[in-house]
Amino acid sequence: MHPAILQQLQAERQARRAAVLVTDLATGLAELVRDADRAGHPLSEPLSKALQSGAPVNVEQEGRSLFLNPYLPPLRIVVIGAVHISQALAPMAALAGFSVEIIDPRTAFATPDRFSTVRLYPDWPEAVLQEEPLDRYCAVAALTHDPKIDDWPIEAALRAECFYVGALGSRKTHGKRLERLRSAGLTDDHLERIRAPIGLPIRASSPAEIAVAVLAEIIAAWRSPERAGAST
Amino acid sequence: MSEAAIAMADPLEVAARWISEGRQVALATVIETWGSAPRPAGSHLVIDGDGHFEGSVSGGCVEGAVIAEAIDVLQSGMPRLLEFGVADETAWRVGLSCGGRIAVFLEPVA
Repeated sequence: MHPAILQQLQAERQARRAAVLVTDLATGLAELVRDADRAGHPLSEPLSKALQSGAPVNVEQEGRSLFLNPYLPPLRIVVIGAVHISQALAPMAALAGFSVEIIDPRTAFATPDRFSTVRLYPDWPEAVLQEEPLDRYCAVAALTHDPKIDDWPIEAALRAECFYVGALGSRKTHGKRLERLRSAGLTDDHLERIRAPIGLPIRASSPAEIAVAVLAEIIAAWRSPERAGAST
Repeated sequence: MSEAAIAMADPLEVAARWISEGRQVALATVIETWGSAPRPAGSHLVIDGDGHFEGSVSGGCVEGAVIAEAIDVLQSGMPRLLEFGVADETAWRVGLSCGGRIAVFLEPVA
């Protein structure tokens, strides 16, 4: 592979755009196909398969062995709420390979002392997420159970087709939340995608245990064959 | 501790950085797996001319062999296809103790 191809690939990854590296296994010559350019490409079918599954595809074409390796944008976990659960979730999610950010306008919670290892935004989700919009490669976990803070990012996450949208709160809290989101114009299809109560049911009790349950649920959502966008 | 320090290093980022520093770089990629294999296809290991490496193509079973081959690949400038499996008594030296087989494409980034 030529270093220039590696540079192009890294630029696509940094811009959060999906791309596939096509390598001829006999010569090592490589071509980078951007997600946007795959439609008219002679290999469009296996390229699409690689991008949708996130897994490489081997293709034999005119006596050549080609290896199609997809690169999807780094997965982002956006945590709404600089709460106790977030303090455990942030380092665990970073270790698992996710890019993590914490957003909370309550400056008493969002202090660098409590969150030294991840990006922390002591600001409203509306402000932060307009700068860095959500996309299909994002997971959003709303953990404040304060409608003023949680509702906007939950709605934005559903509209952006984030692969995971989870919200903390009792069934009663969640029931009221659904009413508010419905009156904001979200459909039942949208609302069914919210994971609530948040986290896989592992009888988590402490904040750190709940963080494990949430992280596991995010991983399960990403790996699920039914993931939004995985089969389109 | 910074986020970069606790996040696992990204092999391609490391490769790009090494190239910008003028180091020779070889890239190993798992291209196919059969049976139980510790790292899925697409996984990368990058190696420089001095044998420094980042990333993985197995659970530590065959990295040593890939790194040794990388030095040859950097000298010859030609890519190479490597296969590892647990087929014989050498399994505990270079092979996959989990019983799987993997194919690794090793190429110079040049």
